[in-house]
Amino acid sequence: MASIIAKKNQAKLAENIYKHTHFNRLEVEELLKIYRKLTPEKLDRTKFRDVLHNTFNMTDDILMDRVFKAFDKDNDSFVSMEEWVTGLSVFLKGTLEEQMAYCFVVYDLNGDGYISREEIFHMLKNSLIRQPTEEDPDEGIKDLVELALKKMDYDHDSRLSFSDFKQAVELENLLLEAFGPCLPDAKAADGFLATFTGVTV
Amino acid sequence: MGQTLNRAASWTAASDVGKGRLEFTPRNEAILNSIIRFVEEFPLKHVKESKLVFKLPLEWETSLQASEFNFGGYQSIDGSVVSSEVNDKTGKPLFSLTKKDIGGNILHVWTIEQLVTVLKVAETKKLREARACLEANRDPLTKILGDGYATVEGEDMTLLRLMESIIKDETEKARGGSVSNSSGRESTPSKTSLRLLMLIQQLDVQLLNDSIKLMSKEVRLTPDVVAAQVQLVESLSGQDRNKYLVESIEYTSDMVNPQGFRTPLWRQVHGDICYLKARTFDKDNIFITANISGVYEIQGFQDNGDMNYDRIGEIHRDLISFLKAKSSVFAENLANQDFTLYTVGMADASGNESGLLCSDGSEPSTPKLENVKVSVEKDKLQKQAVNKNLSTKAGSRKVELSAKQKTPIGDENQRSASPKQVQAKRGMKTKPVPATWQKAQLLAQDEGTLSPSDRLQKASATSRRSTHGKAPPSEVMSDSSSESEEEEGTHDRRQESSDLPSEYWQIQKLVKYLKGGNQTATVIALCSMRDFNLAQETCQLAIRDVGGLEVLINLLETDELRCKIGSLKILKEISVNNQIRRAIADLGGLQTMVGLLQDPNKDLKCLAAETIANVAKFGRARRTVRHHGGITKLVTLMDCVPLTSAMTPEIEKEVKVARCGALALWSCSKSRKNKHAIRRAGGVPLLARLLKSAHENMLIPVVGTLQECASEPFFRLAIRTECMIEDLVKNLSVKNQELQMHCSLAIFKAAEDAETRDLVRKYGGLDPLVSLLANNENKDLLAAVTGAIWKCAISRDNIKKFQELKAIELLVGLLHEQPEEVLVNVVGALGECAQVPGNRAAIRKAGGIPPLVNLLTGTNQALLGNVTRAVGACALDPENMVIIDRLDGVRLLWSLLKNHNPEVQACSAWAICPCIENAKDAGEMVRSFVGGLELIVSLLKSEHHEVLASICAAIANIAKDEENLAVITDHGVVPMLAKLAQTNDDKLRRHLAEAIARCCMWGNNREAFGEAGAVAPLVKYLKSPDEKVHCATAKALYQLSKQPNNCITMHESGVVKLLLNMVGSSDDVLQEAAAGCISNIRKLALANEKAKYSS
Repeated sequence: MASIIAKKNQAKLAENIYKHTHFNRLEVEELLKIYRKLTPEKLDRTKFRDVLHNTFNMTDDILMDRVFKAFDKDNDSFVSMEEWVTGLSVFLKGTLEEQMAYCFVVYDLNGDGYISREEIFHMLKNSLIRQPTEEDPDEGIKDLVELALKKMDYDHDSRLSFSDFKQAVELENLLLEAFGPCLPDAKAADGFLATFTGVTV
Repeated sequence: MGQTLNRAASWTAASDVGKGRLEFTPRNEAILNSIIRFVEEFPLKHVKESKLVFKLPLEWETSLQASEFNFGGYQSIDGSVVSSEVNDKTGKPLFSLTKKDIGGNILHVWTIEQLVTVLKVAETKKLREARACLEANRDPLTKILGDGYATVEGEDMTLLRLMESIIKDETEKARGGSVSNSSGRESTPSKTSLRLLMLIQQLDVQLLNDSIKLMSKEVRLTPDVVAAQVQLVESLSGQDRNKYLVESIEYTSDMVNPQGFRTPLWRQVHGDICYLKARTFDKDNIFITANISGVYEIQGFQDNGDMNYDRIGEIHRDLISFLKAKSSVFAENLANQDFTLYTVGMADASGNESGLLCSDGSEPSTPKLENVKVSVEKDKLQKQAVNKNLSTKAGSRKVELSAKQKTPIGDENQRSASPKQVQAKRGMKTKPVPATWQKAQLLAQDEGTLSPSDRLQKASATSRRSTHGKAPPSEVMSDSSSESEEEEGTHDRRQESSDLPSEYWQIQKLVKYLKGGNQTATVIALCSMRDFNLAQETCQLAIRDVGGLEVLINLLETDELRCKIGSLKILKEISVNNQIRRAIADLGGLQTMVGLLQDPNKDLKCLAAETIANVAKFGRARRTVRHHGGITKLVTLMDCVPLTSAMTPEIEKEVKVARCGALALWSCSKSRKNKHAIRRAGGVPLLARLLKSAHENMLIPVVGTLQECASEPFFRLAIRTECMIEDLVKNLSVKNQELQMHCSLAIFKAAEDAETRDLVRKYGGLDPLVSLLANNENKDLLAAVTGAIWKCAISRDNIKKFQELKAIELLVGLLHEQPEEVLVNVVGALGECAQVPGNRAAIRKAGGIPPLVNLLTGTNQALLGNVTRAVGACALDPENMVIIDRLDGVRLLWSLLKNHNPEVQACSAWAICPCIENAKDAGEMVRSFVGGLELIVSLLKSEHHEVLASICAAIANIAKDEENLAVITDHGVVPMLAKLAQTNDDKLRRHLAEAIARCCMWGNNREAFGEAGAVAPLVKYLKSPDEKVHCATAKALYQLSKQPNNCITMHESGVVKLLLNMVGSSDDVLQEAAAGCISNIRKLALANEKAKYSS
């Protein structure tokens, strides 16, 4: 009996939220089923990270946490059903506009509306092979940070505002994930979509 | 101790006979040292036990000399035998050293105390003595305590046994009370031996523990070790089984977690570090698992794409030993290089003095191996360089220079582990870059096609490379990874560095990040690189010179979509440079790009196709594309949605893909075989469909491809049958000159076929063509348009249309000050127009004759061919002839007979015919050309039928003048014409017969023709299907029949019947000639009969 009620609630929820996503109603229902399978309660950070790691091959700890934060819009350390569906909508099928906003949130580590030089450094610090011979092993990273800023900081204030970021990405789409992978690659996304869109067709 | 010696210590293979030797391994060394320490400290701690006399002496061959025991407590007997003064109860010395017969000494030791003395004496040779001792006494306990205490597998009961015996003694003693001293005395040594046994066993346990610790350290593989080994093997992989260890080795996955594992989490639990796919020279794909516990083969990918992790075969210590066991070629090649390794190893060891403990080359071999590889590679490179020098003699100085400078670069690739490591981490296929790179360089230099400016560039590029060493200080700092090679190359690189642009260094830095970064860093570096002006040659060459091309091409083989896109964006732009194109092809970039054409990502497909379009500008690249199935894939790209539907972004993208496909095909279609490949791949209907597009940027590559392909007859047919002419004509009116040009070119080539020419007219293509003649600025367009007009003018109906459009006047206007490409077509078109009588006057009125005659002095063969044709056609009009004669045109035509091009010869000869016909006083004119007649007769020796026919026609005209006929007869024209009589070519037959008919008019030429055997073949001409041949032949036969002998020959050849048919012909000339001939034969017969009767 309880499960029937839960199912009804789920259907209701699906009805409510699918219009705000890129999914149709059946897809939303499938997503909610997946959510249920993942956790009986709310999806917490660890479980969410497992999903990111296993399904979407993400490995970067910093960014996985940030992706969680980006999903968790109400900041209660859980991803609710609604957050799960709306988040995945951007994550998997988002328009460039949506994904830009999402990536910016991910990269803005302290959430102050700007990606600072230090934040970029933090995110890039593992991106180069360190030469043991080098005097300053961080020099390459610093240089890389400067290159990124030079490329993207249009108003020359040594930090990236959203408009900087947007302008740069619109000019060169490759810069969408400029500071580390936070979106699934096409193969993983298709693979995930195929697990439930197949049902609806 | 026994257990340790049995298990932990590694014995050499020869140990089976019991006289094995301890291997020199660090582990053994540690064990020996512990044992020595144990023995040395023993007497201090356990005085009683140290004096316990062994059951049997420890006996071994020693390097110690008797003389070394010349201190107190030892007595020497005749200098060779030494024994201790301390004796046991039986009076045996507890120590003795005796000389062996062969040389060397044998030591016998009965107590630990004495052992300590021996070790003291041995001092530095301690380790050696201990080793010798243990080697001779594999199980010291049996000697010390008796056979009952031998080390056995499984449960060791010795201790219990000893305890039991002691307890028994004790109880006996207790029972017997204070009986005998002897039993008490006996129990003491057994207690002592118990203690000794326990002490030794304690040592044994400790030793085992220690060595296990050591062992575990050695055996456990770590991701770093595996990565290092994979990278090493990778750098030694290649196609040549003589040079390389394996064909290829790569990771199955590119995902690396921060700890360096490349396996799914649930496999990491099992200790799997990564999976590898290797191709050895003995066996195709082997799937290998690198586990923490060792390396082994697994089943690998199954048909369903899943990985089967089941182990096959045994576990090996590391990757090298695994491959050694799996592949004989690997082992063999490794052995070759191991030889070098050993010498290096020995050198090290000798410097190391200890001698005893140099590595045996198996365990810590990895780092050294690498060393050796480097030196081997270096040797190879040098050899290659030498070979290259030998093979390219021309300009060898230059080559030598570059080879010399490339060598350090090769080192760079070998030495700096960083790029390799990164590539390995990304799972890229690394290629033996240095060799191909060098080859590319040399190829590029050997190419004779390089323009001088290219050479200059090359030279400056070389000098740029040579100045590498003297960078501004800050640059050197940022480039510290290559410090080592910096030193090597310094002396020959330190040259003017000031002229190096700053971009060079910035690009070099970016390439470093490309090599050493993960995908995020790579994308940033790629985007930054695009900020440079990549259209500038300095930047293009800088990327190549710092080794950026290899990295960019390698990036295409990764799984990272963004890296691939970024890399292609750069490659696309720099591949406009000819040298870069060749370098890309040499580095195998085309193969990869062809592969990318099937990628699901449309952007990637587009970029790959566009880059191929740029690279495939030379033959070898086009061939590569074809060989790798690129043409089919490109044709597939063009298969997009119908263009008529509404343009959504999705469709727009598909259209873009189709456009890029067409663009690449356009480049590729310059090779003949590729044209056929396009047809086979079903490209024709797709091109036809895209031709209906309304977008100019789509139409240009499509029409471009069509016009390239139209050189092939099958394609011309396809253009006609697929109704492409209509679209081509339509596009002539589009306001894009490039498109107009390609359409005109397509029509130019397709209009070889009469039906196509009619179609052009039908679809109203002639009007836009003529109107485009007004465009005098764009010479390429003008050339294409005039070409189309020329070809179209071959059809008479089209000429009429051109007359209406006043094309002739326009064309004549283009005879002045135009490039040759235009002139050829204009004159060709005029020549065609002049075939229609009315147009000849039109050309004259437009003032076209003088410029045409002027063009006779040119040198362009194609132009001369057309000009002579045009002049010849014009000369058919007597009024034109006056002008030509006045301009001395005939002399010019005549001199062109000396041209070595047979086409020009033929055309001039044809042109001469109407001139002679229409010129006033032609005989006199011809005679005025000194040597002219001799020249024309000598041309009868030509091998080309067209030339022969034209010359015959000319001779027929010349021979109308009796005097000239006399001259050419003197030059031997009769036998030469007679020799040609055997021909089957109808055109030649006709003009030959014509010439023979004319030449009969002089002297005894008729007899001469008969004697030369020209008559019988001529009769056969009457069977030809061509009526004109009949007419000319009949005339010739009529002339020849005036000579009786010829009549006989003709009659024998059965001429009468054939001629009787001709008499009924509608052609008067033929009728008359045939009748005349028959009449001559008849007359002869009558005369003959008459003669008979009269006699």
